[in-house]
Amino acid sequence: MSDISRSAELNPPKSAEAQPGAVQHRSQSVTKRILLWLTSMNLAVTLLVILAIASVIGTVLKQNESFNSYLDVFGPFWFAVFRNLSLYDVYSATWFVAILLFLVASTSSCVARNAPAFLRDIRSFRLNAQEKSLRAFAHKADMKSTAKPESLVAPIQALLERAGFKSRVKTQPHEILISGRKGGLNRIGYVLTHVGIIVILLGGLLDSKMQLKLMDALGMVKVETANIPVSEVPAASKIHVGGLQAFRGTVNIPEHKWGDVVFIGLKDGYVVQELPFKIFVNKFSIEHYDTGMPKSYKSNVTLTNKETGQEITKTIEVNHPLHYMGYNIFQSSFGDGGTKLKMKAWQLSGKAGVAQPIDSAVFDKKRFDFNNQNYQLEFTDFRMYNINPVMDDKGVVHQKNYGPSVTFKLRNAAGEAIEYQNYFLPISFKGHQYYLSGVKRSIGGQEQYLYIPADQKGSIDTFMAYLAMLSDQAKMQQIAARLIGDVSSSVDGKSAMSNEKLTQSASASIAELVHVFVQQGFPAMQAKIESALAQRKLSPEASKKAEQASISVVRSVLERAFLETLAAQDGKQEFTDKDAKFFDDAMDAISALPAYGSPIFVQPTSFEQIQSTGLEVSRAPGAIWVTIGSIMLVIGIFMNFYIHYRRQWVLLKPDEKGTRILLAGSDIRKNIDFDKDFAAFSSELMAATESKPSESERPA
Amino acid sequence: MSVPKEHMMPMLDASLKLNKDPGRRIGIADVLYTLIALGAAVFAYYHYREYLWGPQIGMLFGFAIGVSFLGWLWPATRWLVGVVAVVSLFTVYQYGLYAPGGEAVGRIKLHEIQEGHFFLKFFLSSPAATMWMVTLFALAMPTYFFGMWRRSVFAEKVASALVWSGIAMGFIGFFARWRESYLINFDYGHIPVSNLYEVFVVFSVFTSLLYLYYERRYQTRALGGFVMMVVTAALAFLMWYQFSQAANTIEPLVPALKSWWMKIHVPANFIGYGSFAISAMVGVAYLIKEKMGGDGVNDRLPSLAVMDDIMYKSIALGFAFFTIATILGAMWAAEAWGGYWSWDPKETWALIVWLNYAAWLHLRLSKGWRGTAMAWWSVGGLLVTTFAFLGVNMFLSGLHSYGKL
Ligand code: HEM
Repeated sequence: MSDISRSAELNPPKSAEAQPGAVQHRSQSVTKRILLWLTSMNLAVTLLVILAIASVIGTVLKQNESFNSYLDVFGPFWFAVFRNLSLYDVYSATWFVAILLFLVASTSSCVARNAPAFLRDIRSFRLNAQEKSLRAFAHKADMKSTAKPESLVAPIQALLERAGFKSRVKTQPHEILISGRKGGLNRIGYVLTHVGIIVILLGGLLDSKMQLKLMDALGMVKVETANIPVSEVPAASKIHVGGLQAFRGTVNIPEHKWGDVVFIGLKDGYVVQELPFKIFVNKFSIEHYDTGMPKSYKSNVTLTNKETGQEITKTIEVNHPLHYMGYNIFQSSFGDGGTKLKMKAWQLSGKAGVAQPIDSAVFDKKRFDFNNQNYQLEFTDFRMYNINPVMDDKGVVHQKNYGPSVTFKLRNAAGEAIEYQNYFLPISFKGHQYYLSGVKRSIGGQEQYLYIPADQKGSIDTFMAYLAMLSDQAKMQQIAARLIGDVSSSVDGKSAMSNEKLTQSASASIAELVHVFVQQGFPAMQAKIESALAQRKLSPEASKKAEQASISVVRSVLERAFLETLAAQDGKQEFTDKDAKFFDDAMDAISALPAYGSPIFVQPTSFEQIQSTGLEVSRAPGAIWVTIGSIMLVIGIFMNFYIHYRRQWVLLKPDEKGTRILLAGSDIRKNIDFDKDFAAFSSELMAATESKPSESERPA
Repeated sequence: MSVPKEHMMPMLDASLKLNKDPGRRIGIADVLYTLIALGAAVFAYYHYREYLWGPQIGMLFGFAIGVSFLGWLWPATRWLVGVVAVVSLFTVYQYGLYAPGGEAVGRIKLHEIQEGHFFLKFFLSSPAATMWMVTLFALAMPTYFFGMWRRSVFAEKVASALVWSGIAMGFIGFFARWRESYLINFDYGHIPVSNLYEVFVVFSVFTSLLYLYYERRYQTRALGGFVMMVVTAALAFLMWYQFSQAANTIEPLVPALKSWWMKIHVPANFIGYGSFAISAMVGVAYLIKEKMGGDGVNDRLPSLAVMDDIMYKSIALGFAFFTIATILGAMWAAEAWGGYWSWDPKETWALIVWLNYAAWLHLRLSKGWRGTAMAWWSVGGLLVTTFAFLGVNMFLSGLHSYGKL
C-alpha cells in the first residue's frame, strides 16, 4: 500500500472513494507500478534530500570560472572527471535538471492522484459511517444520556456549529448519525502547495539555459572562446532576436559608445545574443558616501528601437532596473572604458632618476627597449577610488581611500608579465607620505607594495634625485674619498702620498659596494664584502668586525650622498628628523628595488576618465509563472498548516434508559491540538446532552 | 496505525487544556487596541506622507494590522508593543531635541549627545539598550535552568520576565539604532537589518519572542533554558564580534542593499531561523528526556508528546516564513541581480535548508514518523541552518554582500 492510504487510515473504512492509492497489488501493469513508485512518499523525500545534497556541490566549487583556472586547481585528471560531470556549471547540468524534472513528475503525479479524491472528500459528509468503523477511531468517547435521541439532535448540531463544524444528520429507525466536518480548505491548501511547486519549477525551467544547451547540442549555435570584438564573432556563434526565449547575458559599453548585443556564458566560452534595440551610454556615474564607500552606481542610457527608431533616455541603477520591449536591463558592473593617461617613466637603473613622458590609455600597449631588451607596457585598468582597510594606531580598522590608480602589466621579451598598480597621489601612513606601487607576480598572487617616500613637497623628485646620485659611480667615489680623507687626517699623520693612493683604492671599492647595493640589494652587497674578506684569511672575529666596519662606511657614504642630494635640491644643510625618516624609507625602497622586477617606475600624473558600464540584459518569460506559483505555494502552505481538516461524528442509539452516545473524530494531522480540542468538545457534549461517560461497548 | 498512548493521556487531563480559546471572540480590548494601532498609522501617514510611496504605505498599514492581529492572538504582546512604542518615541523625541528639524549631526556629535544625556547614555541609545538586552537574555538562561532544577515556579517566572524585558530592550535598541543611522548622516539611514551584527540582534529577539509564544501556548517554562542557550550563544558571538571588530559601528548601505525588499526579506528570514533554532533545542530536550527514561520517571521536562508537538509547530511556522522569505529574496534578486534565481551560495543554501525541512514535514505528516529520529533530524537541521546563516558568509563567496567576517 502506498503511504497516503496510511495517513487516510483515520477515515472510516467504508468510504472507499476517500482512499486514494488503494490500488490492488496483484496484477499491476508496468505503467501502474511506475506511477505508484512516482507517487510514493519515499521517492518524494529521497528526491528532496538528493536535490539538497546536489545543490551543495555548486556552492563549494566555484561555478563558471574559466576552464584554465579549474585545470590549475585540479590537475588534468580530475579536471576532466569534473568537466564530464558538468560540475563547473552544476545547476544547468543535464543530471541536475533531470532531478528537477523528476521532482516535477513526482509532485504532479502525486497531485493528479490525490487532488480529485481530496476535493471530492471535502464535499462529503460520510453519513454512511457504521458504528463499527467509528469505534476503530483513536479519538472516541462513549456517554449515556437520559434524553431521547431526537431531542438531542438540535443541541448537538448547535454545538458542532459553535465549534466551526458544518453538519448533516441521517436518521434511521435504530440510530441517528450526526456528521460534522470543517477545514476543507486544508485540502485545497494541499493542492495549491503542490501545484505551486510544479508551476514554479516549470517557470524556472523555462527561464533556464535549457534551450541554449539544446541548441548547442544540436549544433545550432557554436560556442566562441576567443576574446575578440563582436564584429569578428562568426555568425555561427550569434543568435538572432527571438532565437532564445529566455536568457541572461552581459555587455560592457564605454561611455559615449553603443552596444546591441549581449554575451551569454556557455561552457568555456560564450555566444552572442542580438537585441532588437541599441543601448547608447550617455554617462556612467558612481556616487560616494563621505567614507568613500560607493553609494550608487548609475548608467544613463538612450535606447533606440531598431525597427521604429523610437528613442528613450533612462537611468538604470542597482535595484532599479529598466524594463524595455520585454527585456530587463540591470546595472551589474562597471569598469574602465579606455581612460586617457599621462605618465612619467623613471629609470631605476643605468641612468637612474631620468624621466620620460608616456601618453597612453587603458587597454593600450606601449613598447620600449631597455638595455637592449624588449619590454611592453600593457595598461589594463584605471580606478578612481581605491578603498582599503587600514589599521590605525589604536588597532581599529578604517576604510581609507588611496585615490586614483592605474593598473598595468610589464611584459618582457619572453612573454612573462608582472602586474603593477600605481597610485597617482602620495598616500599618508602615520604622518609620512609615500608613492605606492602594488606588485603581483602571478595571477591571483599576493599583492606586495613598494613604498617610495615622498619629499616635503609631496613629490617623488628627491627620491629620484637621490637614486640618480647613488647610480653615479664617479660621484660616489668622490664622496667616499672625501669621507675617508676626513677620517684618516683626523686620526694620524702618515704621508699624504700613501694616504692618497689608499684612499683612491678604498673609495673605488666602496663606490663599487654602493653600486652593488643599489643594483642588487643589501644581501648581494653583504655577500660581496664577505667574499672580499675571505681572501684576506682573517680570524672569524676580525672578519666580522671588518664586515661591520665596511657596512657602516657604506652607510656613511649613503648618508653623505643623501645630504648632498638635499643640498642640491634646496640648499639645505641640517638634517631633521623628517629627513632621517625619509632616509630610512629611501633605504628600504632601494633595497626593495631589485625585487620590484621592473627597470622603470611608472609614475601616473594625470588622466581623463572614460568609464564603461556593465549591463545585464535578460528575458524571463517564466518569471510570471514563478510569481504565480509562489503565491499559490505561500497561500497553500498557510492553509495546509493552519486550517485543520476535521470530522466529528455523533452516533445516537436509543436504549431503555435513554440514549447511548458515541462521539468519534479525526484530524489528518495527528497533533496534540486535536487531542485537546476533542477532549474539550466531548466535555461540552456531555454538558449539552446532560450525559455521563460510560464504558465503551462492543457493538452488537 | 493508531494514536500512541501518550497522545491519549492529555485528553483526560482537563488541566492541560490549551490557553487558547478556539472560538475566541473579539472583545472590547481588541477593538480598542486595533483602533489605537490604526490611529497611529494614520497619524504617521499624515505626518510623513510626502516621504512615503506605494509599498511603504501598504507596509505601514499592514504593520498596524499585523500588530493588531498579534494582539488578538496573544494579548501579552500588547504590553510589549505599548512599552516599546512609548519608550522608542521618547528616545526619538530626545534625539529630536538635539537635532532640530531632523538634521544629521555626525558621528562625533551623536556620541556626545549620548554621553551627555543620562537616559540615552544608560538605557535608550542603541548601544546601551542592546547591552541591556544581552544582559537580560544571558541571565534568563541560568534562571530558567535553576527554576527547572529546583522546581521553583517563582524562578521560572523571573526568567520569563527577564526574556520579556530583554525583548523590549532589544526592540528599543533597534528603533534607536534606526534613528541614529539618520542622525549620523542622512544618507546612512536604514533599518538595522543590513549586516551580521544587526541581524544577530534580530535573531535573538525573534527567537526569544517565538519561544515565549510556545511557553504560553503549552503552559511550560521548562524549555526556556534550552532555547535561551541558542540565544546566549548568538549573543556571545555578538559580543565577540562587537569588541574584536567594532562591528556595531553604523555604516552606510552598499548599493545592492538599498532596497525596500530588505525590510521584509530579512525579518521573514529570521522568523524562519528562530523557529528552526527553537525546534532544534526542543529536540535536544526531547533526546535528553528520552535518554533519562522517557515520560513517567522524569517530570521536569514536558512529556515527549508535547515536545514532539512543539517541534512540529515551530518547524511548520519556520517553514512557512522561510518560504515567504526565500520568495521575497527571489523577487529582490530579480530586481537587483537581474534574475530571480542565480544559484548564488546563500540562495542555494536557503534552498537546502528549505528542502531539508520539507523532507522532515513529509516524513512526519505522511509517513507518521515521530520521536527520536525526528528530534535528531531537527537538531541536525539547525546545523544546516547555521551554515546557511553564518557558514556561507564565512567560507563561501557570492553575491550576498553583507556580513563578511
Ligand atoms: C519541493 C516539493 C514539495 C513541497 C515544498 C511540499 C510541501 C508540502 C507541505 C508544506 C505539506 C504540508 C505538510 C504539513 O502540513 O505538515 C505537504 C504535504 C504533503 N505532500 Fe508535499 N511537498 C513537496 C513535494 C511532494 C511530493 C513530490 C509529493 C508526492 C509524493 C508530496 C506529497 C505530499 C502529501 C501526500 C502530503 C500530505 C497532504 C495531506 O494529507 O495534508 N509532496 N507537502
